[in-house]
Formats: sequence, C-alpha cells, structure tokens
Amino acid sequence: MSFQGKKNIPRLTSDKLIIKGGKIVNDDQSFYADIYIEDGTIKQIGENLIVPSGVKTVDAYGHIVIPGGIDVNTSLQAPHMGMSPADDFYHGTRAALAGGTTMIIDHVVPEPGASLLAAFDQWRDTADKRSCCDYSLHIDITRWHEGMFEELETLVKDHGVNSFLVYMAYKDKYQSSDSQMYEIFSILRDLGAIAQVHAENGDIIDEEQKKLLDLGITGPEGHVLSHSEEVETEAVYRAITIAKQANCPLYVTKVMSKPAADVVAKARKKGMVVYGEPITASLGTDGSHYWSKNWAKAAAFVMSPPLSPDPATPDYLNSMLSCGDLQVTASAHCTFSTAQKAVGKDNFTFIPEGTNGIEERMSIVWDKAVATGKMDENEFVAVTSTNAAKIFNLYPRKGRIAVGSDADLVIWNTKETKTFSAKSHNLTVEMNIFEGMECRGFPVVVISQGRIILEGEKLDVMEGSGRFVPRKAFPDYVYKRIKARSRMAEARGVPRGNYDGPVHDVISMTKSVPPTPTTRGPSCPGKTTAGPARNLHQSGFTLSGTQMDDHIPRRTAQRIVAPPGGRSNITSLS
Amino acid sequence: MSGCRLWNREHELPVYLANPVTSHQHKSAGTRCAAEGARDSSNCSSSSASRDRSREREPSGDESTRARSHHACTEEARDNNGQSERLLIKGGRVVNDDQSFYADVYVEDGVIKQVGENLVVPGGVRVVEAEGRMVIPGGIDTNTCLNKAYLDSPPVDDFYQGTKAALAGGTTMIIDHVTPQPGTSLLQVFEQWQEVADRKCCCDYSLHVDIPQWDEGVKDELEVLVQEKGINSFQVYMAYKDLFQMTDTQLYEAFSFLSNLGAVVLVHAENGDLIAQEQKKILEMGITGPEGHPLSRPEELEAEAVFRAITIGNRVNCPVYITRVMSKSAADTLTQARRKGCVVFGEPLTASLATDGSHYWNRNWAKAAACVTSPPLSPDPTTPQHLHTLLACGDLQVVGSGHCAYSTAQKAIGKDNFTLIPEGTNGLEERMGFVWDRAAALGKMDENQFVAVTSTNAAKIFNLYPRKGRIAVGSDADIVIWDPDRIKTITAKLQQSALEYNIFEGMECRGVPVLVVSQGRVVYEDDKLNVQQGTGRFIPRKPFPDHAYQRINTRNKVIGRQAVSRGVYDGPVYDVPSTPKYITPAPSAKTSPTTQQPPPIRNLHQSNFSLSGAQVDDNVPRRSGHRIIAPPGGRSNITSLG
Repeated sequence: MSFQGKKNIPRLTSDKLIIKGGKIVNDDQSFYADIYIEDGTIKQIGENLIVPSGVKTVDAYGHIVIPGGIDVNTSLQAPHMGMSPADDFYHGTRAALAGGTTMIIDHVVPEPGASLLAAFDQWRDTADKRSCCDYSLHIDITRWHEGMFEELETLVKDHGVNSFLVYMAYKDKYQSSDSQMYEIFSILRDLGAIAQVHAENGDIIDEEQKKLLDLGITGPEGHVLSHSEEVETEAVYRAITIAKQANCPLYVTKVMSKPAADVVAKARKKGMVVYGEPITASLGTDGSHYWSKNWAKAAAFVMSPPLSPDPATPDYLNSMLSCGDLQVTASAHCTFSTAQKAVGKDNFTFIPEGTNGIEERMSIVWDKAVATGKMDENEFVAVTSTNAAKIFNLYPRKGRIAVGSDADLVIWNTKETKTFSAKSHNLTVEMNIFEGMECRGFPVVVISQGRIILEGEKLDVMEGSGRFVPRKAFPDYVYKRIKARSRMAEARGVPRGNYDGPVHDVISMTKSVPPTPTTRGPSCPGKTTAGPARNLHQSGFTLSGTQMDDHIPRRTAQRIVAPPGGRSNITSLS
Repeated sequence: MSGCRLWNREHELPVYLANPVTSHQHKSAGTRCAAEGARDSSNCSSSSASRDRSREREPSGDESTRARSHHACTEEARDNNGQSERLLIKGGRVVNDDQSFYADVYVEDGVIKQVGENLVVPGGVRVVEAEGRMVIPGGIDTNTCLNKAYLDSPPVDDFYQGTKAALAGGTTMIIDHVTPQPGTSLLQVFEQWQEVADRKCCCDYSLHVDIPQWDEGVKDELEVLVQEKGINSFQVYMAYKDLFQMTDTQLYEAFSFLSNLGAVVLVHAENGDLIAQEQKKILEMGITGPEGHPLSRPEELEAEAVFRAITIGNRVNCPVYITRVMSKSAADTLTQARRKGCVVFGEPLTASLATDGSHYWNRNWAKAAACVTSPPLSPDPTTPQHLHTLLACGDLQVVGSGHCAYSTAQKAIGKDNFTLIPEGTNGLEERMGFVWDRAAALGKMDENQFVAVTSTNAAKIFNLYPRKGRIAVGSDADIVIWDPDRIKTITAKLQQSALEYNIFEGMECRGVPVLVVSQGRVVYEDDKLNVQQGTGRFIPRKPFPDHAYQRINTRNKVIGRQAVSRGVYDGPVYDVPSTPKYITPAPSAKTSPTTQQPPPIRNLHQSNFSLSGAQVDDNVPRRSGHRIIAPPGGRSNITSLG
C-alpha cells in the first residue's frame, strides 16, 4: 500500500518501552509477563527480558495489560444536512485514545449517486491529516446501481476496504430494496467482503413519522415512537434472510433492542454467519430520556435505531454479549452540538442523529459486564477488540498482545472508578448522554503505535499520526464457513424424460421468463391478461368447460396418475 | 334471475342477521344485476348450456339439473330450500366447538329450529338416523380459487365442480378469492365473480377480494365493497414481483385503510423480491423442472414475509390473517407473534397438513408439477405433524384448502420453465378428512377443536358466526353427520373434482361425512351427491368482526400517544447552509479553504469541517452548555428520568 502514509517512518523509532509487572490479558488467556516494544511493534514477551539500555519502563503492577480497543463504528466525518459532526477525526480519535481505544473504523458516507472512490479518497485525505490513532474505513452504499461493481472491486482489491454498509432505512435517501440488497450481498460475497446493514424498516418509519407529525408530536419522543423496536427487529430478520439466500456474511450494526438481539442470536443458532454489534449507548443507557422535559437533553439521545425505552435493555444486551451471541461493541459515535440538534426543534425528523460513546465504550462494558460478573476479562478483550480484528481481518496485527503485533496496548485499572461528565470528557459537544455515570475500569496508560499517548491524566496526542490500515478480503474468521457452504450448496435439477403429454394452448403468446413490469400475463397464477374487455373471464369459462374437461385430461389421466398403491407408494417417492 | 336471488336472500336471512345491507342498496344492486344480466344473458346461457352438455358423461348425481336453464334452476331452488325440506336428525352427538352433547336437531326452512331431546315436530318430516355418530356444523373452507384463470384459461374446477367436491367432503360453505388483474376495477370483477358463483355454486359462498395494486382509486372501491357489498376481507400480496406485490409503504397504507374500514387483511406472505432473484439464478443454472419451484422459494422467505406482515399489522394495529401457512418456520413465527399479543391468525392448507414437498423431485414431471403451489410445500417431512400440533393447541386457527385446480395440460405450460407452471393444488374435498385423520384420530385434538378449526373459527374471524359454524337454534342448517371411523382411500378416480390427478393419490383417510345437509337440504348421502347448480347463496359479511376487532378497538382507545409538553427551546440553532431540507449537502456549494485542490465536487466536506471546527468548538456551545447540561447527579439521576 503505497499511500499508507508519510508519517509512520520517522518519529516512532525513538520509543522503546518495556511494560513491567502487569497481567497480560488476551481473548484466550491471561498471564503475567513483561512486554518489550520497539518500532511500534511488540518485540518480546516474557519474564526477565533482555533489552537494550535506555529503555523507558512503564510500571503496570496491579493492573491488566490488554490489546487496545477497536471501535468499528464511528462517523467522524459524515455530514447531516450539510452539518459536519462536532467531533471530527482529531477530536474523535483523541477521545478514543483517552478511553483506551487505539483504532477506529469510520464510515464513509458518499452522497447518493456520487462516486464511492471519490468519497473514499476524501475521507482518507482528511483522516490522514487529522487522525491521532490508526484507522480504517467502511464504505456505505447509499444508492446501488449496476455500475458500482467496478468501484467495489477496486476498493476491495486495491484500497484495502473489506466491509460495506447497506441501509434498510432512510427512505428515498439511502434505502435499498430487497432486490438491491440481494444483488449487493451476492457481489460482496464474491469479492470476499462483509455486508453490514443498518437494519430498520424505512417504509414503516416514514409512514409512522408522517402519522406522528399529524398528531402534533414534534419533540424527540416522536423519534422513538416512530422507530419502534419491531421495526428494527423486522429489518434484522429480513437482512438475515437475504444474507442467507445470498450466502453472504452479515454484520448487523447498532443492535439496540432486545428482540433485535434475539433475532441475531436465533439466526446464529441456526448456523447463519451473522454478527451483532451493540453500541455504547445501548449498553450503557436506555430510551427513557426521550421524554425528558429538557429538549436539549432529549435531543441528545436521538439516534437510529433509537435507544429502547425498555430499561432492562442494557442489562440484556450485556448478557448476550457475555455469552457470545453478540460479538462486537462499537460506539456509533456521531456527535452534533446542541445548536445543530436544534435544527429539528420543531420537527423531530430533522434532528441530526447520533450520540457520543467513543470515549466511554470500554469503561461501560467493563462496568456493566465484567464488574458485575457477567463476563470475564478475556471475553472483555474479545468483545472490545479481538473479535472486531478477526471479523474485519486485522488479526493478529491488532486485537492481540503477541510478538509481532502492533504495539497498541492499554494498561487498565480495574479497581477504581471514574465519572463521566461533559465537563471532563475529551469531546467538543456540550452534552454527554452518560452524564454523571460512574464506571469502574478505565485506562491508566494508553500506548498507540508504540508511543505513550495517555499516562495518568495526561493526554499527549499527535494530530495526523494515525495510519490507514488496509484490510484484505476474505477474512478467515468469516469466510471459511461461507466458502465451504458455497461448495456444498449446489442445487441440482432432476433428470427427467421429456414431458410429452398434452400442453394447454396459451392464447396470448408472451413467453417471458419471470414477469416483467410491462407484460403482466405470464409467470403468475393470476388470471386473465387485463385486456380492454371486462368480461374476459366469461369467455375463459366456456373455453375450459369444453376443451379441458372433455378431450384431454380424461385420457391422459391414466398416464399420469401413479398406480394406486396405498400410502407407502406416495411417500417413498423421491 | 338476479331478482329471484335477492328476493330469496332477504327472506332466508334469520332475524338476528337480518339486513346486513340496507334496502336501498338492495335495490341498486338489483338494478345493477338486472342490467348486467341482460347484457350477459346470451353469453351466460350458451356457456352454461355447453357446460351442462359437457357434464353429461360424468357419473355425478345431478340428473335433475341437466339441461335446465338457470331460470328454472333458481325457481326450483327457491322451492326447495324455501319450504319442502323438513328434517329431523335423530340420535346423534351434536359437536360444537365448545361442547358435545346428545340431542336431536330439527331443521325447517333451511334453518335449525330446535335442538334437544324428545322434540315435538310436525308430521311428514323426514327423519335421519345419526346412530350415535357426530353431528357437526358444516365445514367452512376459507381459501378457494374456483374462478381464477391462468393465462385466460380457468381452473378445471369451477364453482359448480368445486362446490360439489366441497359438499362431498363435508364443507358446506366456501369463501372464494376474487382475483382482479392490476388495472381492473375491483367492483366489476367482484360483480362478475358473484354473477358466476350465483349461477354455479351448490353451497353457500362468500368472497374475499384480492387487491392487485394499491392506489387512491382502490380506496373508494374498497369502501363500497365493505359498506354495500358485504365483504370484510381483502388479500394483499407480498410476492409476485412486478405484478401483485406491494411495497412496505403500500402495505402500511393498505393496512391502515382496511383497519379503519373494519376489514380483515389477508396476506400472501412470501418475499417476492428474493423469489424473483432466486428464480433467475436457478433458471440460469439450468434447472427448469418443478424442483426449481421450492428451490426458488425456500421457507425462510415465507417466514421472513410473515414476520414483516405481522410487524406492519402490529404497527398499524390491524388484524392480520396469514393465508397459506406452509412451513414450520412460518408457523413458529406466527406463534411467537401471538405470544406477544399480536392479533394474527394463521391458515394452513390441506396440502401442507397432509403431504410434503418431497414430490417436487419426482421423476414424473406431471406428478411433480401437480404439487406446485405458493408458498410451496415444505420438503421437510415433519412439517404436516408440526402444523397439526399447532392447530391442535390453537396457535393456528383455520384450515383452508387453497383449492385451485389446473389440469396436467395446463400445468404443462411450464414444462420448460417452472416459473410458468400455474400454481395450485386440490384439497377442497379432502380438507376435513385429513384434519380428522392426522389430528383428531391420533388424539392430538379433540372433536370440539376439530369443529373449531374446520368451521367455527373461520365463521368467527369472518363474521359469519353464529349463522354458520355452530349447531344452535337459529343457525343455518348446514350440518354434517361425521363418521369418525370409516376409512376412505383417496383417488382421482372417485373424486368429485374434474382433475385427472390427485396430489393425495392413494392416501388413506380416517373420518368421512356420511350425510351432508346444506341449507336444510340433504345434498350428500350414501356416497351420492344430489346437488343443484345455482342453489348457493352469497353470504354478506359485516365489517368489524368481534373476534378480530374487539381487541383492536380497545387498543385504539387505550394507546394514545402524547407529546411531551416542554418549554420552547430558545438556545442557539445551527444555521443549515443549503436550502432543501431533508437533503444532504448539494455538491455545488462550497470549496475547501483548507486543503486539497482536486475537483470541487470531491472536497465538499472539507469546508464543513473547518467551519464546525471553529464555530462550534469555540464560540457557541461552551456558553450554552451550562444551560443545558443536567446538574451532575450520579447514576440515579440518569435512569430515573421519565
């Protein structure tokens, strides 16, 4: 990858580090060892390491050392109605690092109809300049057309993108139809990419929004009323069905409600290759705030799919995450200032969607799941980092502490607590949806690319130091099964002798295969081709009354009917 | 002739159901019919004459009807069910959906007059000895297509042939699907259906109307159909792409509209988009035989559509009736929705209850093609048992037949392309027998539940109850004496249907009707039919059936959505740059001050960036921030906010 960046060469070499005394936690095991880092990669792991002199020592006694978090869902650049998010690549990645996340995967959202490649270039360009940690990019397919195939192929083969998002919501804007999704999924499977979906039924939402506005409901509560859980659940179910038909791996972004999570879990039990991603907000809080009397507060929670008003949801999703039914946590970080949100003060459909969560993600998972005993520390590493790395083909470069992996490490304090507040967070927005929440577990030291970024309270980021990390197609973790299934699932025809019996004479001779919109007669069990006349059926009647009944069938009957042989004969036929 | 029918109808209506339609409407309907009758008269009579001739060879017991014009027919029908038959059914066990008891049933004027022991009846009454067998309400088949032409050729079982088969199987009422083509008038097609059915039906019937497309014009017609024509159920399609299929938006609108009218929405649930794609793929693979049909319509697509239909129904608060539940997963989806309180009903078909989809792989093309129906029979051989279990426990409610019979020659239109095979199987005659054989005889369900799923539930859902679906004083005299022990072997040779095959060929079935009474007349006895064409009456159905709508109405009242009353937001409002709302930034607007040269189009976002970077960050929000942020108050504060 020639373009991967100007700046990974010079600066990092100086940083040689040894981390001593911590417990290393990977997704499979935990053990005590020291880690020696040089040139931005992990060089040695073990006890009593022999290292050059003048190496800086980081003390990790009493803490755990984990692979840096990977946040696979951020929107730090995607505009809404011409408004850029309040947290751009700089502020966003800075906050990410402060929270223990050392890599993000951002969503490229091209204008519908615009070139994917152009949008990708633009995102790359901004991110290279502004990002403080390694990043990669998903691309959203906002309007599908046949010509996109070449672009997808180029992106996958030459630009290191292996995941694409399809929208089932945002009617008349981003929404794809079932047919389009099937086509996209088939192509992505052939290219070895992962299909992501924003799963909500846009048609229903659109209707419900109209209805609510008619009822005079214009505040943020209208958002959650129009985006009900069922609408999310239905879309998840449909996306899974389509992916199953296309034999394409599916990644459901933003699992926000219990029934949606259940659908994902159930599909996995049936053997589907599907992954579910709850986000910081759905794991940390619920949708009761949409009814807050404070408009600004209520609007801050607006995102799609919305937070579920059911207060038991966060607990439930954390449990699903712990047992492996959901695999990845992300933040879906996309923040807009209160002034920006206020664009929709008289109409909730105009409120730009998105919440914060990039900084709080790992702490919330620790507090809600590990500290409560739902999951262990290894599982914690899996859902915050390793699984994401595996699914998106970053493993083992990211998501693991091993010799040769990137030196993205976090020293995690598991004992003390930290309080989230808009006053102390590293974001530019003036609201924090987790305001006042106290979480056990936070990073004390964050190392990105072998450099200490955070130590104690001190954050020391370098704008533009983030590298683009290309991802190859056909991630093993996802595609091994898919490939095996494609080989197995060859449907075969039944070899039969030619049918030589009588064939009913079709009067109107339009032989087109599946029905096209213009010729509406053929392949459907409809009736009369809608001609000008009204009494069509009448004539049809006489025709069959004589023709069919008399001449043909009584004779052929003998040929066709299986010789009467009792039940066994019928059921044993294959 | 139509005048006769209407006159008939009014008099026959029992008091409690009297006048579902206003007299004014009757009048207008009468004139309409008369006019149409005049226009069609030559057409009709010639066609019926030819039909009658064509039937001469058949060994059915309709000697009396042969070569009679329908005028005569109807006259006599009136005589017949008007006065002549008085009937006493003695010594049977009356089985309703709620209880069974030994009683005699006395029938007069087509209506049950007395139920009890030691009845006092006039002399000269015909007495039928039930000899301890079950006396059950006649079956109601809620899903038939007896007039649905495929490429201009109608099914071989028309209303006459089909209702004959129905009566022979113990079904005394059918509800047929009116299937207009897109672009035609629902009303006209409905009237045409009614006209044909009036002429040919041998048992009472009603009609569902299928909505082939959704537009403004349809709404008026639906309103007329519901309020003046006595139709309370309409079918929408989620399959048949580019033909009947509706988008989710259209479904939402249709559901809302129909629930306001008080109608039951029937859904043909399959994902048409995916089917079209799969069909293309499978044809490209060179699979053209009937096995392509189930391969292109896997049961996931059915289950998905069921799920979606229920979601939409629940959003709109509209009762949903899933026609043709053919697979386990679809049935399970429905069951779960009912557990969550959705008002949804499921209708498995005779075919899905009695056989499975393994036949699609049969080497005999004709045999494989005979099973082609949509959604297809599931290849999973345990499906029938599973569906019976759900029927028995009430998770599925109604048994239909989906009877739509095309001859092998008609099926052979698709001999080189499975997508052209006309869809439909038989099942009208076998329906009740299989439910008894596979569920009641095995102890899965009791006799009362048997009555419920074959008759009573359908009557309740479609607002025919208690006129139909129950043996009680005042109900229509549609009665079947059922022999639960007799075994019948199903074969095409002995069936009433005009088909030359039977997909259940050779299967044994325990439980047969020994005597069938329709409109107070004995129409089937000792394996012999005695029916008359045109005796069937159209039964109008009122909207808002209690069984489906009571809960809906209450929910509508209870679920009020309220806005939160807040003070007016008076903070700063971000200035949206480009004019058109709802639309993302137009490519024209800005060029990037910060960086990149390349064409103006690409760098759009750049400018926004610096804008927000400076504006938002520095000036505005830090100030307004204080106003907005909730006072720090710990966790409890967050979660307790209502």
